[in-house]
Amino acid sequence: MPIHCEIISQDRIVYQDDVDIVVLPGVEGVMGILPNHAPLLTTLKYGIITVRKKGEEQYFTVAGGVAEVLPEEVVILADAAENVMEINLARAEEARRRAEELLSKISDVDTDEYLAAQAALRRSTLRISAAQRYRSGQTRIGGG
Amino acid sequence: MPSIREMRLRIRSIKNLAQVTRALETVSASKVRKAIQANEQTRPYAKKAWEVLVHLSRQPGRKSLHPLLADREEAKKDLVVLVTSDRGLAGAYNVNIVRHTLIAMREHDVPAVFVTVGRKGRDMLIRRRRPVIAEFSGLPVNPSFSVCAPIGKLVVDEYLKGYVDEVFIAYTEFISMLKQEPVIRRLLPLKPEEEEATIQQIRSASISTRVFSYEPGAEELLDEIIPRFTALQIYQAILSAQASEHAARMVAMRNATDSAKELVGVLQIEYNKARQASITNDILDITGGAEALAQAMAERE
Repeated sequence: MPIHCEIISQDRIVYQDDVDIVVLPGVEGVMGILPNHAPLLTTLKYGIITVRKKGEEQYFTVAGGVAEVLPEEVVILADAAENVMEINLARAEEARRRAEELLSKISDVDTDEYLAAQAALRRSTLRISAAQRYRSGQTRIGGG
Repeated sequence: MPSIREMRLRIRSIKNLAQVTRALETVSASKVRKAIQANEQTRPYAKKAWEVLVHLSRQPGRKSLHPLLADREEAKKDLVVLVTSDRGLAGAYNVNIVRHTLIAMREHDVPAVFVTVGRKGRDMLIRRRRPVIAEFSGLPVNPSFSVCAPIGKLVVDEYLKGYVDEVFIAYTEFISMLKQEPVIRRLLPLKPEEEEATIQQIRSASISTRVFSYEPGAEELLDEIIPRFTALQIYQAILSAQASEHAARMVAMRNATDSAKELVGVLQIEYNKARQASITNDILDITGGAEALAQAMAERE
């Protein structure tokens, strides 16, 4: 029995399909959601969502969000969700370089600017490592 | 009376102008479509986020209301996010929303500070000496959510720090190509109870009746989801305002094209008349000259 999975970001539906398992980066740890899971609401952290359908896996990066789990469906309200296959590696590396440069310049660690640069660095690092890890064809479930 | 050459130049320049306004009209029409489409794309997230929000805010046995949901005892200061366009040539679009907002805030009778989106609104408020605490200008056409998210963060921060007690958003709601309406909506404190009608429409039977477990907890979930929802509302308002802006510009440009064509018609007739008059004069001169010549010849013989 499959479970319906929707990954929705603020400006589009990133993914929707019936799948066998969804792996989420919950704040309290990575969790694998199978059909007939107990109802659950959880916040997500930076990480990777994995969905598996008939042995084939797809990966999505997510920069936080909220997931609603019901026995028959999982709805993920994701910030900046992106299919790993869609990631532009060159752009992500450029973003990381910029963020690092910015971080080295700011001395006051409490400013919004510093936090924003830090967040940008985390986002780009996540995207780069996800792209490198999941595009080469290896399949490993979970992680992030 | 201008010379015939001047008239011809004037007609040509008006024709060129009509071509430009016609092009602008077409461009605006396609931008309207894109903005409407982008707005539709935000619906699934908005719907789900709202469901979760309503569900969480109704959990029994909570000690106190979440700070972003609770009414302050007395509103001493308001914050208004005013959405206008960066560019003009859109008829009364910007003037309408600014006037509507200022009148509404005067009636509300609480001192307000402003956050402006769009250059025109900023300029108009500054000219009227209203306090503008932040401005976001030069947003791209069809902005992505990440471009608009900082506005949400800013207003939530201002609210949580207690600098302001209510947050509103003023923008032009797109109704149809010919109708756009200035509206003011409350963003914070958010009141899930007040919008009962919409809840009834969108609530799926599943979420409200089941017993959920929460990770980490209901409060933390609200902490996450309310600011996102607020940012999304701002994003939706900006998209709707952009659709309105382009629709208003389209209509303004169509009017301009029409009056240019009318003017060309009038001028063309005047030009033809003048041209005909000068031809008639020339012929009169020639025939007059010929006649005089003929007479002179006859007299000599």
